[in-house]
Amino acid sequence: MRVGITAFAQEQLGDVVFVELPKVGARVTAHQAFGVVESVKAVSDLFAPVTGEVVEVNPELASKPEIVNQDPYGKGWMLVVQPADPGEWDGLLTSQQYEEFLAQDAH
Amino acid sequence: MPYDNQPEYDRLVFELSSPGREAFSLPEPDVPVEGARARIPAGYLRREPAALPEVSELDVVRHYSRLSQMNYGIDTHFYPLGSCTMKYNPRINEDMARLPGFGRLHPLTPAPHAQGALALMHRLAGMLAEISGMDAVSLQPAAGAQGEMAGVLMIRAYHAARGERRTKVLVPDSAHGTNPATTALAGYEVIEVKSTPSGEVEVDDLERHLGPDVAAFMITVPNTLGNFEPRIVEITERCHAHGAQVYMDGANLNAILGITRPGDLGFDVCHFNLHKTFTTPHGGGGPGAGPVGVKAHLEPFLPVPVVTKDGERYGLDWKRPKSIGKLHGFWGNVGMLVRAYAYIRTMGAEGLRAVSDNAVLNANYVMKRLEGHYDVAAAGPCMHECVLSARRQKKHGVSAMDVAKRLLDLGFYAPSTYFPLIVEEALMVEPTETESKETLDAFCDAMIRIAREAETDVSVIHAAPTTTPVRRLDQARAAREPSLRWRPEA
Repeated sequence: MRVGITAFAQEQLGDVVFVELPKVGARVTAHQAFGVVESVKAVSDLFAPVTGEVVEVNPELASKPEIVNQDPYGKGWMLVVQPADPGEWDGLLTSQQYEEFLAQDAH
Repeated sequence: MPYDNQPEYDRLVFELSSPGREAFSLPEPDVPVEGARARIPAGYLRREPAALPEVSELDVVRHYSRLSQMNYGIDTHFYPLGSCTMKYNPRINEDMARLPGFGRLHPLTPAPHAQGALALMHRLAGMLAEISGMDAVSLQPAAGAQGEMAGVLMIRAYHAARGERRTKVLVPDSAHGTNPATTALAGYEVIEVKSTPSGEVEVDDLERHLGPDVAAFMITVPNTLGNFEPRIVEITERCHAHGAQVYMDGANLNAILGITRPGDLGFDVCHFNLHKTFTTPHGGGGPGAGPVGVKAHLEPFLPVPVVTKDGERYGLDWKRPKSIGKLHGFWGNVGMLVRAYAYIRTMGAEGLRAVSDNAVLNANYVMKRLEGHYDVAAAGPCMHECVLSARRQKKHGVSAMDVAKRLLDLGFYAPSTYFPLIVEEALMVEPTETESKETLDAFCDAMIRIAREAETDVSVIHAAPTTTPVRRLDQARAAREPSLRWRPEA
């Protein structure tokens, strides 16, 4: 599973200047912090959507954190996680469902 | 005179350099000169001379005078930085700190010959204890964050002495960033407690997290949304029921002097920012001082040495086996202690109460004048600071950062932006008690003008600042590609 932050998150954070990620082989736990994203506004924890093992880390983010802003759902990915329980997929929202959730919350 | 009357001296001192120009000339020595280079092992010698600027004395004076004129500070302008209490530093404090018995005292002077300074420290610790309702105070920490560190280490030592293993510290999501940072540095796991929309602790969420593994709860009162925590006594009681200690971040003490005391609210530890509440210089004029106060059960763990009084003699007590140790060179930033002592003595008890009354009044005045133009983060009345949001302006493409930049052009320092983190587009204004109604009105007029510009003329906001020595900086690029030193052009 490829993990990153949402378009909404990168827009709220503003220009991302630093991303701190775990190493390949690290374990991440659903709903717990696995790393840190720093923008010109604030430093925020990154939360794991599922429990599992990190099998790949985006090497580009160390030198080009701005791609998180430019392409959060594409080149700005952060980790690839091998989920311990593939069933955890089912609890996640699609980007469209998330946008609907935000629209409900916005009034 | 405008600051731009001498742009020649805007350049770095390195760029003013001219080969061979010197700021001094010494007479020929009349004794034999032995080359120092010959006496120093070759491995420690530079291969080529250091590239120091070569400038005249007058160049140095003009360069640094110009830099000082570019400075923006409380001595020149209103400085409404939320949560930072940038208030006037009375000049009498400076006079007192320069008395030779304080200003020229060598830090290694033996206690019998430093009685005046020790007496002042002993009395200041007593005054801070009285103001906060604590039993003992250490003056050593150099700033709020180090006061926090001292407090958390004392809490850790206290639990350890009782044979308890507690591994977590609870911190509200509205906290100052130093709270979780201190806690993590002290070896604890940081657990975030939720806030209600008005910035108060969600007591049910706190209760859920409390348990035998929680060492402490750290909280700022009034909270970072500028509101007094209405259930604070219930909160400290619930923490104590689970054996957890309660720490008060004293950053907002300016709101409650003489009105209530952390000790009476049930806190076990609190720190004081002398450079906020007690008018010692804040920022470039520092250093700071962040004394920490504790209740009696934590007293054995205070940093060493503790200033003691035996009859009329003052001393330094190092024999404290349970102490968390020494935190700072010598006895803390003693010059700051003199200034804070002078301030407390100048104001007196009634004066300090008036400080908080006026700080709260000023913040509410600003909030009331601006509430029609900006969103208010939490319904008032507020305490000594108010949190606005540029949410409304954001719809016109104007962010809190844009408002802040535009304020610089209108002659005001910007409020804190994007803090507390739980408020979207936050603008946190802390006017302090030392500003007049005229200044507050001028600031509010500027804020209202910007709100209008957001609706009518966004370009003037986006172009701001245009009157400052440097225009809008590329913050993202500065963070991504920091240029930290000057290099000669190739």
